Amino acid sequence: MKKTIAFAALAATLLSGTAFAQEKTIKIGNLSDQSGLYADATGGGSTIAAKLAVEDSGLLAKGWKIEVVAGDHQNKADIGTNIARQWYDVDKVDLIVDTPNSGVALAVSTLTKEKNKVFLNSGAATSDLSGKACSPNTIHWTYDTYALANGTGKAIVKNGGDSWFFLTADYAFGHALERDTGAVVEANGGKVVGKVRHPINSPDFSSYLLQAQASKAKVVGLANAGGDTTNSIKQAAEFGITAGGQKLAALLLFITDVHALGLSVAQGLTFTEAFYWDMNDGTRAFADRFSKQKPGFKPTMVQAGVYSAVRHYLKAADALGSVSDGAKVVAKMKEMPTDDALFGQGSIRADGRKLHPVYLFEVKKPSESKGAWDYYKLMGTIPADQAFRPMDKGDCPLVSAAK
Amino acid sequence: MFELLGISPQALFGQLLLGLINGAFYALLSLGLAVIFGMLNIVNFAHGALYMMGAFCAWFLLQYGVGYWPALILAPIIIGLFGVIIERTMLNKLAGLDHLYGLLLTFGVALIVQGVFQNYFGSSGLPYAIPDLLKGGQNLGFMYLPNYRAWVIVFSLIICVATWFLIEKTKLGAYLRAATENPTLVRAFGVNVPLMITLTYGFGVALAALAGVLAAPINQVRPLMGADFIIVVFAVVVIGGMGSIMGSIVTGFTLGLIEGLTKVFYPEASNTVVFVIMAIVLMIKPAGLFGRNV
Repeated sequence: MKKTIAFAALAATLLSGTAFAQEKTIKIGNLSDQSGLYADATGGGSTIAAKLAVEDSGLLAKGWKIEVVAGDHQNKADIGTNIARQWYDVDKVDLIVDTPNSGVALAVSTLTKEKNKVFLNSGAATSDLSGKACSPNTIHWTYDTYALANGTGKAIVKNGGDSWFFLTADYAFGHALERDTGAVVEANGGKVVGKVRHPINSPDFSSYLLQAQASKAKVVGLANAGGDTTNSIKQAAEFGITAGGQKLAALLLFITDVHALGLSVAQGLTFTEAFYWDMNDGTRAFADRFSKQKPGFKPTMVQAGVYSAVRHYLKAADALGSVSDGAKVVAKMKEMPTDDALFGQGSIRADGRKLHPVYLFEVKKPSESKGAWDYYKLMGTIPADQAFRPMDKGDCPLVSAAK
Repeated sequence: MFELLGISPQALFGQLLLGLINGAFYALLSLGLAVIFGMLNIVNFAHGALYMMGAFCAWFLLQYGVGYWPALILAPIIIGLFGVIIERTMLNKLAGLDHLYGLLLTFGVALIVQGVFQNYFGSSGLPYAIPDLLKGGQNLGFMYLPNYRAWVIVFSLIICVATWFLIEKTKLGAYLRAATENPTLVRAFGVNVPLMITLTYGFGVALAALAGVLAAPINQVRPLMGADFIIVVFAVVVIGGMGSIMGSIVTGFTLGLIEGLTKVFYPEASNTVVFVIMAIVLMIKPAGLFGRNV
C-alpha cells in the first residue's frame, strides 16, 4: 500500500512536472524554400538566424524549452499548407517563421489564423499580408512589395525614369510587386507602357527582354526574385539593354543574388532593402556569428528579419508566460515596442505590419569593393513612417474593425 | 497579317531567332539522351545533373585559370569520364533488365549529385562571364543579337550534324547500331561490345556536359539548372521519338521555335506548351514523330 502511494505521489510529481514543462515549451517551425531558387536568401540561413535568436533571448536560462524545426515547402502552396497543418496539429509547433513565396505565405497565414497559432513572415513580399489578407495571428516583418516599390520606384522616377516595362513573375508575389510599383510610378508622374508575365523559374529571359527593348520604355522593372532576377540581369547585360540606354530596376534583390551575379554584372543596380550586414557593429557581429555556421555566406535581410522576429516573439512569450493563445501573443507583440541590434527600434502596427526604416542601396563597382560581400553603397534612408503603406490604404479588415 | 497578330515583323523574326537558339540547347541535350537510349536502352535521368556538372566543371577550370575555350573541350572529357565510371560501376549491372531499373538508378544519381552540389555551392549559383572574343553583339536591324548566342546556335548545329553523321553514316556507327540490335552476333565478329557501350554512354554524357559549358555564360551556374531543364528535354525526346537521332535534333529546334512564339503571344503558358504538344503527339502517334513503331 505504502508503495502504491509512493508511486502515485511520484507519478503526480512527474505529471505536474510535465505539465509545467509543457507550459514553458516553444516550438518554432521554419517553413521555407530549402532547396529551390530562394533557398540561399531564406532557407537554412533562416533556421540559423532563429536559433541565434533563441540563444540571445535568455529564455533558456529561465527554464523555457525551445526547439527549432525546419521544413521545405518547395514553393508549392499545397505542400506548404500540409507541412504547416502537420506541424500545428501533430508536432505542436507554436509559430511558423520565414516562408518566402507569397503564394505559400498567404495560404499559411489563413491556416495559422484557423489554428490560432502565430505566423511571423519575413521571406514573402506581398503587401496583401498586412492588407486585405491581414490576420490577427500574422506579422509581416521585414519588407513588402509596397516598401520595395516605394523605395526603388520613387527614386528611379525622380531621376527621370518615367516610362516602365515590367518583367513579372507570374504568381501572387510578382503581381503584387508589379501592381504596387506601377502605382508608385504613376503617382509620381510616370507611366507603365507594358508588361510581360513569365513562369517562375524560367531559364531564359531573352524573349521577354527583347519585348522590353521593343517597348522603348526607359526603365525595365524586374518584378521577380531569386534565380529569375539573376538570370534576367545577366541576360539583360548580354542583350545590351543597359548599353542601349534603358535602365534596369531590380525591385527585389538579395545580397546572395548580388554575390551570385558578381559585381561586374550587378554594378550600378539601385534597389531597396531593409537590412545590410555591414551597417553597424551590431549587424557585423551578427553576420560574423551567422557566417560561422554558414561558411561563405552573409545574412540576407530575410534571415536578419527571422532573427528579429523570433527575438520579439520570445520577449512577448516571456511577458505572457504562455504561448498557447496565438492571437494573444501577437497582440502582446504589437503592444510592446521592438528593439534589436539588427533593425534598431521599431513597432508593429494593428494590421500586422512591422515598421522600421528601409534603405536605398546601389551595388558597388568592382573597384570600390574590398572583397567578397562588400557590395552595397547606401544611397538613402526612408524613415519607418514613410517606408510602408499607410494603414488606411491597405483595406485590412482588422483596421476598419478597430475604427 | 502581322498587324492582325499584333506584332511587328521585326519583333517576330527576333523572337523566332531566339526560339531557335533555345532550341539549340534542347537539341543538344535531347541528342545525348537519344544516343544513350537508342544505343543502350537506358533512360538517362541523370542527364540534367551531368549538364549541370559540365557548367560547374567550366567554372572550376576558370578558378584555375583555364578559360572558356579549353573548357569547351576539357569539361566534356572530364564529365564524360565520370559517365564512364557510372556506366562501368553501376549501369552495366543492370544490362538486360527492365528500363525502369536504369531510370531509377540514374534518377537517384541525379538527386545525389544535385544535393551534393547544392550543399557546397548553395542554390543561387556562381558567375561565369562570356569569353572576351564573343562579347558584344550585332545589330541585325530587327534585333540585337549577342555574338555569344550566334556562336551557340552555329556550334550546336555543327555538333548535332556531326553526331548524326557519326552514328548513321560511318562504319563505327554501323557497328554500334548492330551491337544494339544483336550484341552476341557483333561480338562474334570480334568487336568489343561492352567497351563500345561504355564509350557510347561516355559520349552521350559528354554531349550533356558540352551543353552545360555552352549554357554557363548565359545562365547562372546553379546546381538545379539541369533539373529545371531536363523535364522539357525529356518531352522533346518523347515527341521526337525515343532513340531517334534526327528526330531529337529536329524536334529540339522546332520546339524551341514554338516555345519562343508562345513567349510572345501568351507568355504565361510558355513552360506548358511543350507538354501540351507532347500529349497531342502521344495521342496521334504514340511512337513519337520520328519514332519507328515497334
